[in-house]
Amino acid sequence: MENSIEIKAEEINFYYGTKQALKNIHLVIYEKQVTALIGPSGCGKSTFIRLLNRMNDLIPHTRVEGKIYFEGQNIFEENVDVVSLRRRVGMVFQKPNPFPKTIFENVSYGLEVNGIKDKKFIEEKVIESLNQAALWKEVKDRLHDSALGLSGGQQQRLCIARCLAVEPHVILFDEPCASLDPISTRSIEELILELKKYYTIVIVTHNMQQAARISDFTAFLYLGELIEFGLTEKLFTVPKQKMTEEYLTGKFG
Amino acid sequence: MLREKLYKFIFGILAFSSLLFLVGIMVILFTEGLPIFHATGVGTFIFGKSWYPTYDPPDFGILPLMLASFWVTLGALLVGVPLGVGSALFINELAGSKIKTILKPLIEILAAIPSIVFGFFGMVLVAPFLQNLLGIPTGLCAFTGSLILGIMAIPTICSIAEDALSFVPKSFREASLALGANRWQTLVKVVIPAAGSGISTAIILGMSRAVGETMTVLMVTGGAAVIPHSFFEPVRPMTATIAAEMGEAVMGGAHYHALFAIGLILFVITFVFNVVAEMVSRRFRIKLGLSG
Repeated sequence: MENSIEIKAEEINFYYGTKQALKNIHLVIYEKQVTALIGPSGCGKSTFIRLLNRMNDLIPHTRVEGKIYFEGQNIFEENVDVVSLRRRVGMVFQKPNPFPKTIFENVSYGLEVNGIKDKKFIEEKVIESLNQAALWKEVKDRLHDSALGLSGGQQQRLCIARCLAVEPHVILFDEPCASLDPISTRSIEELILELKKYYTIVIVTHNMQQAARISDFTAFLYLGELIEFGLTEKLFTVPKQKMTEEYLTGKFG
Repeated sequence: MLREKLYKFIFGILAFSSLLFLVGIMVILFTEGLPIFHATGVGTFIFGKSWYPTYDPPDFGILPLMLASFWVTLGALLVGVPLGVGSALFINELAGSKIKTILKPLIEILAAIPSIVFGFFGMVLVAPFLQNLLGIPTGLCAFTGSLILGIMAIPTICSIAEDALSFVPKSFREASLALGANRWQTLVKVVIPAAGSGISTAIILGMSRAVGETMTVLMVTGGAAVIPHSFFEPVRPMTATIAAEMGEAVMGGAHYHALFAIGLILFVITFVFNVVAEMVSRRFRIKLGLSG
């Protein structure tokens, strides 16, 4: 494979209480590629993506086994600084969740909490991030209005801008278009294709066409197991596993 | 059909009866309170510096009483807000779900203790203790009142503030943490501002509780109707004045009307507090997109 590896997950098992949600997952995420995680509801795709920035730490009574290597380190080791991990592995959530603050403050927030005080730098970074998220033109005249006044699609792009401002290496998208209309969905997809030039992207989606349109690699999960992983064009045209084929052709799911 | 109409009528009467009580009380407060303004003038009544209702001629200046209420309430806030909001933050942010399910109801039980018990506790335990500790002439003073009222306001403040904190959507916290903010930054920069107006509502209602509280202040503040110069002097808040003097005021006399007028002013104050609290909490719900 010509691509270099950004994240490598080995023997991942994950439990909610006694219920096992992920079973022995081995998966690699390649640098500056879009990797899509697909599968029916409850297959563990969201659970897996939330391991990559240790967001599952927030859910009580959960337990993880196995290793995930990122930048040469197992992120589950005790000496890992979770705050700094989350800075390098950003996340965009299923439902747009801007803070009840102004548009500007939403984007500058990540910079401020990371100790940046230089006002001029923050301002430039906010503009740059909004530009990168293809939102600048729509909001440049109302940077100091509440972010909650934006449309759903704009809010989601604002959340992307907010994430870009802290300069992550990896961006996790957890069903980013689940609550958006087709036009907003398209603009987010175009944006993801643009962003992959600079960032490694992992996206969870229940929309197979979306995975086919924007991803380079696809992982198909079913009931907590990784059924198949490969180049998207191969997985969608000549799946190796019968189950993958059945899922893709709509026999279940 | 007829039966349904009958039910509607009966429950309608029950529902409107409380409105009737409200209007009735307001009418009495105004009719019995307003004559004193006519007699002494609004200015001398509100800003008069002496309250000697039984002298001849009597002095009906309620400034000392209002200042006493103000001081005691302010002191109660200094005690109750840090403790109430602090416990709310602890319960919501730091305590595990186990401690939370025990601690919150326990704090709310504090509200179930009758105010006379608080007064008794303040009079018998706190006041002598403070008197010895600080070497003041009497432990029955504004400070003791503030302390006890502050403790009494904790359940109100804590319970409402904790509700406000728990209304903050989980997604805000997640978004903040995902951006590399630590728990403390998330709390200070996202959660508290988002719950801010809810916390303000809690404080205003706690304040309203402190202003209107009667039994406790009657028992522990010392009862001297003079303008207070320090927290460690005896004072006589408005509520305590009414409670202490109504029994001896001649019905229909000037003193009687003056006490009603104090009640009227108290009513206006707590009414304003409650309206403001309602407005602030409505803004809070809109801000978080909960409802109009």
